[in-house]
Amino acid sequence: MTDVLIKVGFLALAALNGAIIFTIMDVKGASWMQRRPGPLHVGLRGFIFPVAEILKFVQKEDIIPTEVDRPVFKWAPAYVMVSCVALFAVVPMSPTLVVADIELGVFFALAISSLGTIGVLTAGWSSANKYSLMGGLRAAGQLIAYELPLILAVVGVVIQAETMSLVGIVEKQIEWGVPFVFGGQLIGFLIFMVAATAEMMRVPFDMPIGESELTMGFMTEYSGIRFLIFYISEYMNMFILCAIASTLFLGGYHVPLLPTEWVNFYGPVVLLTKTAILGFILVAIRWSQPRFREDQLQNLAWKILIPASLVNILVTAIMKVGF
Amino acid sequence: MEIFEIVTYFVLLLLVSTAVRVVTTSNVIHAAISLVFTLALTSVLFLLLSTEFVALVLVLVYIGAVIVLFLFGIMITRAPLGKNAELDNDKNKKLGAAIAGSIFFLFSYILVNGFEGEVVITSGSSTELLGEILLSRFVFPFELVSFVLLAALIGGITLARKDEALIDEEQV
Repeated sequence: MTDVLIKVGFLALAALNGAIIFTIMDVKGASWMQRRPGPLHVGLRGFIFPVAEILKFVQKEDIIPTEVDRPVFKWAPAYVMVSCVALFAVVPMSPTLVVADIELGVFFALAISSLGTIGVLTAGWSSANKYSLMGGLRAAGQLIAYELPLILAVVGVVIQAETMSLVGIVEKQIEWGVPFVFGGQLIGFLIFMVAATAEMMRVPFDMPIGESELTMGFMTEYSGIRFLIFYISEYMNMFILCAIASTLFLGGYHVPLLPTEWVNFYGPVVLLTKTAILGFILVAIRWSQPRFREDQLQNLAWKILIPASLVNILVTAIMKVGF
Repeated sequence: MEIFEIVTYFVLLLLVSTAVRVVTTSNVIHAAISLVFTLALTSVLFLLLSTEFVALVLVLVYIGAVIVLFLFGIMITRAPLGKNAELDNDKNKKLGAAIAGSIFFLFSYILVNGFEGEVVITSGSSTELLGEILLSRFVFPFELVSFVLLAALIGGITLARKDEALIDEEQV
């Protein structure tokens, strides 16, 4: 029992810390890339500003407008949060430092990540606000479209690794000698990253939030701690999807040439470094690219990414059987 | 009574109460959210029976795709907040209850009499066996179902698509 509690506590802490680190990276990245004055004065040259931010949001009044559908409105952030935290349960930091090494790890991750959509949709609807409803609809259209390439891109990895357990997939990459991204899954990796960015609803896929046209999309009416939950969930989602991408495609907690018997010591550091590099690429894209138009976004998903991922599955299966 | 049974009966009780709420509430979105909980609890039941694959398929396909499409469809057509008077249809309640009851008894009869406590899967992981059975013994029905789905998809597109109403891609 204590074993389970320790693991759950570790899970919540790791996910929250990941979210905070990515928040710092995003804001500091913005000030570095766009020559903006970022947070500079709150302790350690502004590096602990997320703590101040969280304290501020917790103190704020949690305003619930009179016309909203109260129970639905109140519970919508919870679905998003739960789907984010539960996702982290299957990501292995090292062969033993994993909350639940279940046989269907990848499948579990994909199934759970689709739960967040319900939170976004119900938040948009229950707010009784046209901007929120538009944001919710755009989010739903986008999340439905990009969930398919995300799943199909992972299928290639599963075929190559012959297992759905995330620890098993990493072990297979250690056995192979090179991470899957250099072992034939480069296209799968690119599709996964594009689809994951769309799932996080970050630039260039932030049509559902689009602050210049939809105020804040489905989050418009939220304030105080409920807004904080949405805000943290976005970064948590970013952190966890980057961690899953590093595990599936970049070799997870291991890099070639390092001795495998020491993997329990350097594993977490290696995984977090890979995750941070992927996160940095996403931050760089966010602060340098414009937003996709809605029809371009749908075209990219249905006409390019899905056919490409199907071809990827076909080629991987042929290579698997043929060689 | 063992703890496993207590948990199972507790989940079943919750399942029935959420399922009843799906059909009794007069708010479409509340019904859809109750359906989410019904499906989630069903998936918990499958987990308790140690069929992880079916449980996760329920979450991925039904909650992640079907319910999201329901919500999307409701919102894109009309999404009134509050109660929807059209959903309080007292005339059909008896008929609905009769149909639901007869389906329940039919299914229970078939499931109880068809297998008679026989254990089909005895060893190995259920997922692996499911995959093997699906692609060996049941490969023909499996392919047939995918073909039917493809036909339904094409049919849906042909019915929904009005060529004269199509906007030229350059005009967008």
